[in-house]
Amino acid sequence: MIKPVLLWSDALILLLLALVATGLWLARRNETLRMPLRQVMASPMGASTGLLLAIYAVIGLLDSVHYVERLPEVPGKSAQYSGEVRSALDALLTPLRENVEKTYSAPFATHLYAKETITGPDDRETRDFPRLNRGGQHLADPETDFWPDVLKRGGLGVLAGMAVWLVVMRLETVGEKKRREKRPPWQRGKSNRAFLLTLLILCLVSGLLVALAPHYHILGSDKVGQDVLYLALKSVRTGLLIGSLTTLIMLPFALSMGIAAGYFGGRVDDVIQYLYTTLNSIPGVLLIAASVLVVQVQIEAHAALFDTAAARSDVRLLALCAILGLTGWTGLARLLRAETLKLRELEFVQAARAFGVGHGRILLRHLLPNVMHLVLITVVIDFSGLVLAEAVLSYVGVGVDPAMISFGNMINGARLELAREPVVWWQLAAAFVFMFVLVLAANLFADQVRDALDPKSKGRA
Amino acid sequence: MLNYIVRRILYAIPILLGVNLLTFALFFMVNTPDDMARIHLGVKHVTPEAIVGWKAEHGYDKPLFYNGAADGLETVSDTLFTEKSLKLFALDFGAADDGRDIAREIGQRMWPSLAIALPTFLVGLLAYISFALLLVFFRGTPLDTAGVILCVALMSISGLFYVIGGQFLMGKLWHWFPISGYQPGLDAWKFLLMPVLVSLVAGIGDSARFYRALFIEEIGKDYVRTARAKGLSELRVLFRHILGNAMIPILTGVVVVIPRLFMGSLIIESFFGIPGLGSYTIDAIQAQDFAIVRSMVFLGSLLYIVGLVLTDISYTVVDPRVRLE
Repeated sequence: MIKPVLLWSDALILLLLALVATGLWLARRNETLRMPLRQVMASPMGASTGLLLAIYAVIGLLDSVHYVERLPEVPGKSAQYSGEVRSALDALLTPLRENVEKTYSAPFATHLYAKETITGPDDRETRDFPRLNRGGQHLADPETDFWPDVLKRGGLGVLAGMAVWLVVMRLETVGEKKRREKRPPWQRGKSNRAFLLTLLILCLVSGLLVALAPHYHILGSDKVGQDVLYLALKSVRTGLLIGSLTTLIMLPFALSMGIAAGYFGGRVDDVIQYLYTTLNSIPGVLLIAASVLVVQVQIEAHAALFDTAAARSDVRLLALCAILGLTGWTGLARLLRAETLKLRELEFVQAARAFGVGHGRILLRHLLPNVMHLVLITVVIDFSGLVLAEAVLSYVGVGVDPAMISFGNMINGARLELAREPVVWWQLAAAFVFMFVLVLAANLFADQVRDALDPKSKGRA
Repeated sequence: MLNYIVRRILYAIPILLGVNLLTFALFFMVNTPDDMARIHLGVKHVTPEAIVGWKAEHGYDKPLFYNGAADGLETVSDTLFTEKSLKLFALDFGAADDGRDIAREIGQRMWPSLAIALPTFLVGLLAYISFALLLVFFRGTPLDTAGVILCVALMSISGLFYVIGGQFLMGKLWHWFPISGYQPGLDAWKFLLMPVLVSLVAGIGDSARFYRALFIEEIGKDYVRTARAKGLSELRVLFRHILGNAMIPILTGVVVVIPRLFMGSLIIESFFGIPGLGSYTIDAIQAQDFAIVRSMVFLGSLLYIVGLVLTDISYTVVDPRVRLE
């Protein structure tokens, strides 16, 4: 029996999803917003990076469906629930989560990283690398069986991935037939080819992972023996949350301050300009660090409020997003102010005012829709920067909760291990590669969005 | 001109006061001195007497804004706000939690910070602008496309990767430099070279792309077409005309950060063990030494405002149309 748990961040994710859905629904009828969107998805880069980001988003969303398990019933007591909050992703990755070793093991290793004293069958004690608990435990003799087994499982995985890809392509062809499309999918323009190629690579990689991950530690295991692939997948949610929730919190401030400053001018403008110059003049990391320190003290002082460790680290993550949002609205606000200054002198705003339309209505109906492209561009550009910032902040010690799985904490936990002999590189490599793919996809996607939305940037890179 | 500068400096005062109030609110009102005492005493030793003792020892045993017990001017001056916050305006930073004088520490530690930040800044500016000009010279060719893709890839890599990777390759594998540490005097160069190299590589993606975008924007303008029509060579157009005109947006971004070079870089200094202001700050954050964090926030804001004024003045140098009135 399980009971669903709604953490604060999950609730905000739902809110974010609802906002995106309404936004898309509104944009559906708005040709000026729909065209750029279509343009992004029609470019090869936009299509393939969009797909990649969608995969990351699915991982993050799966990891946001939380529940607690019911403990075995004790007679005479009401139902008790475990204190450990799990997610749907945890349930999917159960074999990975339970594949725990004693300590480090290299990728695809069958033996532990460190030597131990082993008592042999004839009661003789030797010092050697012991076999792993889980990684490759089904092999009778790792020396001879390892390669045939890996090749067999890997081959099957690749074939399965290929099969899934072919099915998807087949489905697409069927769908297209209704629209009288005769050409095969890979000949329908560059963006379709890029999309299918990305999909193929994703299918092959996930086929390999599904086939091999339950039996080996593909990316090795960390200091306490957890599977690194599991850690990397779990980190995705933290990164996405920082990138998106911060924006969600920052937007109301940036929008209201920026547009109000530009539209009303005078005293309002002075006050808002003073506010953001003041905030801007404080070194960013220091302001964030100071606020996080304060929040940390407050969380420690009210430890009783949080019933599970997950709830506590969740609140700390939210606090971090809020701090990043409260300190990060100045850039967008300044852009919006400048744009509104220009817009308010244009004829359509003047005409609205001459007709006696109220300020609120002018702001909402005439100005807001006309600065939306700036907002969208800023949101996608900021996203990648925030994902990278998480790692740095965690290193400084003012990032997410140390108990939370995140790219920053993975890097932090492993950065000293490069000094070991032999080098423990896999945890760092996994964190950097997962983060690199996410940030690169986000950056390239952001470029496409900017090209599609910003009239000034058309025609240049 | 002088008039303008004086006015800008006067305008800086309310901003610094705002910074001051904000940090004061964070460190004294949200987080009371009692909380601070509790952290530093540790869980075991928290007793009401111990808290009072700690506050008295570190000078936190005063009211926030108004001291009813004192009389005359002292009702305002003998308060935490005056003691801990307003004194910052006189660059009186007070003592850290371990009793050492913060101002003296800053005076000593800014030199190693500067030794890394200044070369990084100067060489970086030259290298990034040259690289961007090179890309612009080959614009529209596969070389340009490859360069831009390289930039996007480089800026997608976490800054921590450059530091950790650089330390591993240059320090551990190739034995070019000591992995971390610092030595005052002339021998410092071998400790400084690696951090400078690493920061240069880490910054190239972002900056080169930014400068390239600036130059490309200039290249579409009429004066460039005129220059070409006069028969000037492409190199001359690039260096004399485009670089000259792109100087204004470049300066906006660059001059602001010059005063802040003193503050050093948190990540670089702490990874490479440089005893500069960056590592000082990071140590203070990790030890929750609020006195140091507060001083650094104030110093950083002060230097930023100095940077803003310098930016305005530098405009008059590069652009004769700008007059500061």
